This record gives sequence, structure tokens and C-alpha cells, in this order.
Amino acid sequence: MFIVDYIKEVFGAIKSLGTGMRRTFWYFVHPKEIITEQYPENKENGQLILAERFRGEVVMPHDENNEHACTGCTACELACPNGTIKIVTKFDITPEGKKKKAIDQFVYRLEMCTMCNLCVEACPSDAIIMTNDFEHSVYDRNELTKILNKPGSKIRDGIE
Amino acid sequence: MKFSLEYITKSVDGWLNATFNPTIAFLIESVIVMVLVIALFAFLGLVLVIMERKVAAFMQIRLGPNRVGPKGMFQTVADTLKLIVKEGFTPNNVDKFLFNLAPFIVMITAMVAMAPLPFANGFQIWDVNIGILFITAITSVSVIGILMAGWSSNNKYSLLGAMRSGAQIVSYELSAGLSILVIVMLSSSLRISDIVAAQADGWWIFKGHIPVLISFVIFIIAATAETNRAPFDMAEAESELTLFFLAEYANIFIVCAVGATLFLGGWMPLHFGTGTAFNTVMDYIPGIVWFFGKTFLLIFIIMWFRWTFPRLRIDQLLNLEWKYLLPICLVNLLLATIIAIAGWHF
Repeated sequence: MFIVDYIKEVFGAIKSLGTGMRRTFWYFVHPKEIITEQYPENKENGQLILAERFRGEVVMPHDENNEHACTGCTACELACPNGTIKIVTKFDITPEGKKKKAIDQFVYRLEMCTMCNLCVEACPSDAIIMTNDFEHSVYDRNELTKILNKPGSKIRDGIE
Repeated sequence: MKFSLEYITKSVDGWLNATFNPTIAFLIESVIVMVLVIALFAFLGLVLVIMERKVAAFMQIRLGPNRVGPKGMFQTVADTLKLIVKEGFTPNNVDKFLFNLAPFIVMITAMVAMAPLPFANGFQIWDVNIGILFITAITSVSVIGILMAGWSSNNKYSLLGAMRSGAQIVSYELSAGLSILVIVMLSSSLRISDIVAAQADGWWIFKGHIPVLISFVIFIIAATAETNRAPFDMAEAESELTLFFLAEYANIFIVCAVGATLFLGGWMPLHFGTGTAFNTVMDYIPGIVWFFGKTFLLIFIIMWFRWTFPRLRIDQLLNLEWKYLLPICLVNLLLATIIAIAGWHF
């Protein structure tokens, strides 16, 4: 029956429009739902909350003995799609007189990094992680080329 | 004593007529009215833009403008200052006269349509006996301004946009007119003060049963379409047709004021029946507050539409008008006629 379908269509349309309007009105009268971050202010009063998985910058965590977990395997350098990471290796002499590969400099070019997280996933010893820090603006682009291993640091014992 | 704007206008009129001869007094009154209307429109532009942005923000779980002034309330003032210092630009190959005239036509029709609107008891520019017909006739003229802008800009896309916009306005005027007719029939007068007076014992939307409810919904839809607002804004008047955004808000105010006057009683306070204590309490709220309250309620509903519904295509838009709204309107008109003749409304 054409006329029944017609009336059904009209009422169906009204019902679906009403559903949408109920949702937007619910948001209108619930200002607590607002998800806008008031950026510079919320930093001052400590309400700036970023998701834990937010990717801001690659860092290499060091423990209290100034030791890191990087073996210099260059897996991250190979995994990086745009050449952000450059690992300069050297050879340490172990107490037994053997030569052992270690990192001299972990060069990280923040300006080229797309925060894709592939280096962190490629790392076999979890030596690098992504932090939430996102305020990277500087006046000189040279400051964006960072050496991630701290001076005088060495590899933690037991990591091969 | 109750607050009355009629008292102020009467005393100004009396003083002018006592001081000058009637012709000069009339001229001075006309100038005062013009200045007031222009001031009202400038003010509405400022208020409605910030209202639109705030309503949009809250409906989309955002904050909206919040930097200029308390809670961002002076944002539109700053925007207006910025717009004032912009260069007025006319492209090379346009018909300069029509191109520059078009926005004025749209703006002036909105201003002229305000003439028969009663803002409060006796606070009305021109109580003409065909008031509602006058408003529908004048608002139809704005389509000429839109077509003029599209034609004179000498650009095929502008012309297409103007044609679509024209088709939209012309077709939706039908349902708007038919839904207004329901109220005209029930109050049996075209004079707006009579229509408002007929709602002294209850607004039409309460008194008029289902036909008035249907025609109210259809009027709101048609009003949204006629002002070229979302979800009917595929013509995007302000970007393609050189109409400055104030015209959009002026038109919204006019159609919402008409809707408030016809369906929600205009300046008439909320009354149920006659002579109850509730009515007396409601009478203490001035008519101008009622008028602007109802108008802004309707404006809010139209903004609510805009930030909820997705935009229609041009074929869907014309389908909606010709296959749904117009038949419903005609059946509804029949129903309202039966109710008006049988006297079943309250």
C-alpha cells in the first residue's frame, strides 16, 4: 500500500531526526562532557593529561648508575623509514681482553622523526621508549639533533 | 505600574507633534524608527553570531570562542572590527552596479519585513491590516537579491548557486505560506495585532490541536530552508553570492519573530483560559521580554537543526518540499478548515 509506506516514511524520518536532536541536546546541557584542552593554562595548573600511548619523542632511559640497555645492534636504524636514527658504534675491551661492540653515539634527528614508533618496536632490548613530551620548538634547528646516550654511560650488565 | 513601551512611544509622539508641525514630526519619527531598526540589526548580528558559535561548540563538545572578554563574549566585536578594516573588493568583470546593489536588497527586505512586527503591546512600526501578507510578500523579494548577485558576478558557478538558492526559496515559500494560512484561518484576520490578540487566552500552538502543531513544524522547516541555513545550505550564500553574513542572521531573526508571533503568541504572556491568578503573574513580565524570549527560542531550535542534521542534496531538498511538505500542508489545511468551521479549537 503506497499511502501506508508514505506515512511510515514520514514517521520514520521524524523519529530518526529526533534521535539525533536528543543526542546533541544532551551534549548541549552537559558542559562537563567538553573535551577541549585549554593548552597553556592547563599546563600551569597541572590539568594537562596526555594519553599514555601519546608519542612525542624518542628517549633512551638511563638508570641511576648511568647505564642504558642499548647494545648497538642498529635494529632501530634499519627499522626507521626516514633515516632519523644514526648509530655510531665503537669497540670496548672487556676485562677478558675481548673486543665487544658498543654504542659511541645514538644520534636522533627529531626534525625528521614522524613518531611512527617502529624503532621502539624493533628494539630487542627495550632500550628506547616514546615519551609524552611534545614541546619541541627551539630557535636553532641544530638543537633538534640529539645524542640520546648520556656522556660516560655504558651498557647495563647482562644485556647481550 | 506595569512596564509599558507604548507609554514611551505615545509620549514621544505627543511631544514631537506639540513641538513641530505634523509633517516634520512624522519625518523625525521615521528617522528615529530607521535608526532603531538599523541599530537592532547591528546588535542582532553581534549577538546571534556569538550565540551560534557557542551553541555549535557546546553541541559538538567543544568550548567555542573563549579568549576575548569574559567567556569569549566580545569575540564578535573583535571580528566586526577586523571586518570593518577589510578592503571592499569588486572583481573586474562583474556588473558593478548590480553586484554592489544585491546585498543591500537582501538586507533592506529583511528590514522592511520588520515593519508590521509587534515587539510589545502597541510597540509596532506599522499596524497594517494585511500585516502577515505584507511580510510574506516582502521576504519573497530577497530572492531577487540572491539571483541578482549570482547573475551580476559573471561567473557560471555563482549563477548556478543563485539558481539553486532561488529554486529552494521559491519552493519552500509555498509550504511557509500554507502553514501561515492555518493561523490566519483560525484567527480570521491578516492583521498581526489581531492575531496576537486572538492568543490572549492561550497561544495557538496550545489551542489549535494537531493542525497547528503540524503547521508549526512545517513552518520551522520552511523557515530554515528559506534562510538558506543548514541542513538546506548547499547554495552557501555567504561565500558564493557575496551576501554578507549579517543578512543571514537578519533573515533568521525575521522568520523566527514571525513564527513566534503566529504560533507562540508574540508579546502575549503565557495565558491559560481567562482571568486566573497565573495569568496575572505572567502579565507582570513585559511583552518585549516575552517577544524576544520566544524569538530566541525559535532561533535556538534552528541552530539546533544546523548542528545536528547533515546537509541535503538539491534533489533531496526538492523532493522533501514537493513530495512531502506540500501534500502534508494541503491535507493539514483541510483539517484546519474543518476545525475552524466547526469551532473545535479552544
